[in-house]
Amino acid sequence: MKNSGVEPLPTDDDIIVIEHLCKSFGKVQAVVDASLRVKRGEVCFIFGPSGGGKSTLLRCINGLEKADSGTLIVDGIDVTHKKVNIDLVRAEVGMVFQLFNLFPHLTALGNITVAQEKVRKRSKKEAERVARELLERVGMPEKADVYPDQLSGGQQQRVAMARALAMNPKIMLFDEPTSALDPEMIKEVLDVMLDLAKEGMTMVVVSHEMGFARAAADRMVFLEEGRVIEEAATDELFENPKEERTRVFLSHIL
Amino acid sequence: MAVTTKTDERESKLLPWTERLSEVPWWALIILLLGALVVYFIIVSPTYQDAFLFLVAGVKITIGVSLISFFLALILGLVLGLGRVSKNVVFYTLSSLYIELVRGIPILVLLIYFAWVVTPLFLQFLNWFGTALANVAVGPLVGLAENMATLAIQDVDMVVRAIVGLSFAYAAFEAEVFRAGIQSIQRGQMEAARSVGMSYFQGMRYIILPQAIRRVLPPLGNDFIAMLKDSSLISVLAVRELTHLGKLNRARTFRTFETWNTVAFLYLILTLSLSIFVKFMERRMAYEE
Repeated sequence: MKNSGVEPLPTDDDIIVIEHLCKSFGKVQAVVDASLRVKRGEVCFIFGPSGGGKSTLLRCINGLEKADSGTLIVDGIDVTHKKVNIDLVRAEVGMVFQLFNLFPHLTALGNITVAQEKVRKRSKKEAERVARELLERVGMPEKADVYPDQLSGGQQQRVAMARALAMNPKIMLFDEPTSALDPEMIKEVLDVMLDLAKEGMTMVVVSHEMGFARAAADRMVFLEEGRVIEEAATDELFENPKEERTRVFLSHIL
Repeated sequence: MAVTTKTDERESKLLPWTERLSEVPWWALIILLLGALVVYFIIVSPTYQDAFLFLVAGVKITIGVSLISFFLALILGLVLGLGRVSKNVVFYTLSSLYIELVRGIPILVLLIYFAWVVTPLFLQFLNWFGTALANVAVGPLVGLAENMATLAIQDVDMVVRAIVGLSFAYAAFEAEVFRAGIQSIQRGQMEAARSVGMSYFQGMRYIILPQAIRRVLPPLGNDFIAMLKDSSLISVLAVRELTHLGKLNRARTFRTFETWNTVAFLYLILTLSLSIFVKFMERRMAYEE
């Protein structure tokens, strides 16, 4: 059994359980034997050099990439199982993309309501109420009827967060949410993320924003060449990294 | 002062007359002139007038057949186009097979093939099926089964066969237009749709297709004009559309020049007004984006 020995059995508290996950694209191994657990309400911060498999690992969690081997359990559902309806898992897992991926043919409001109506089967009225509430929450209630191409990058990313939140997800995944933004827009996005973290949302964040990690992350994971090099509580990892590679990487970016 | 001289310069720097002449859209003027000439002949010459009145009935059939065929080709083309981007091997293979087969055969041959090979075969099948059904049918199904069993080949109008042929032929082209449109939408759009819990089908329906269709409107407009012209091919099936009436009129009056001048004129009126409409639509779409 994979769980015998060092690793304790997953409990109900672990909302994401990843064990010995492998994923390769052709000859390139993107994720190699990665194991990771995320508890309910925890903010897990994944960082590491580019091409290290961070995004791939994140995309495996909501099934945008299919793992080659290993176990991946999200909220009690084995995602790697063939017969699992991945759409059910995805509705519970929100995702925010590096390039926002807003739907350009819909207004900000339409972007937030479309999945509520089609997937959650909410009435148009109810969906719009939720959408307006969320736009308020991300600080742009006046932009409801504006199309994405008339919004700045930071605004687009905030609409994208509202779109994900409208599904009432149990987990939010962030795939380098600020990498494509101008510096002055990064803060408005991070502020929304900090609020979310304070409210107790379970978050898995792939990012280079170490300031955000220090402020909000419970745990940090250092990923390089597809392997989990080090995993520790935030303070511990900042103050006292065990692995030499982690130390070198941190010294380069801090 | 410097500013005024600059504008003065621009205003006074009129193009030399030779260059100005080359900027006039001569081709449009020549077409207009030729059109006016034909209109003039139709008004003053009895032979032209006779040809015109005889031929104009065909315009209705040409437009009707083109509209229905194109509509059907769009629907079938969309299904085939979805097959071309599908991960389902059976769906993908069937769509590709159809497209490659149909695109490789001249439309004239396809029309003849559908009218005189596929339709009779289908009717044979229908008769057989109707007979089999009549043996087991109950209630209202009995009438339907009997109709199917006794349907004869001459009951299938040539216009119907022409429409079937044209739609099946053009569906292959429209499928490729839709495929290109769908593939031109960034991959992130489908990923975002899936990440909020939509199924592949929902993602297509609500996110990808609304964007893709807007993008392919110009090529679809082009294809509609092409189909209007290709509808002349159904004259081989003796459908009384414009070209067929042209043949009849020539045989009736032996006025070759008048007949084909008028036929060409009527086609040009249709295609040119369509292409103006397509240009107008394109411009409107461009503004909206």
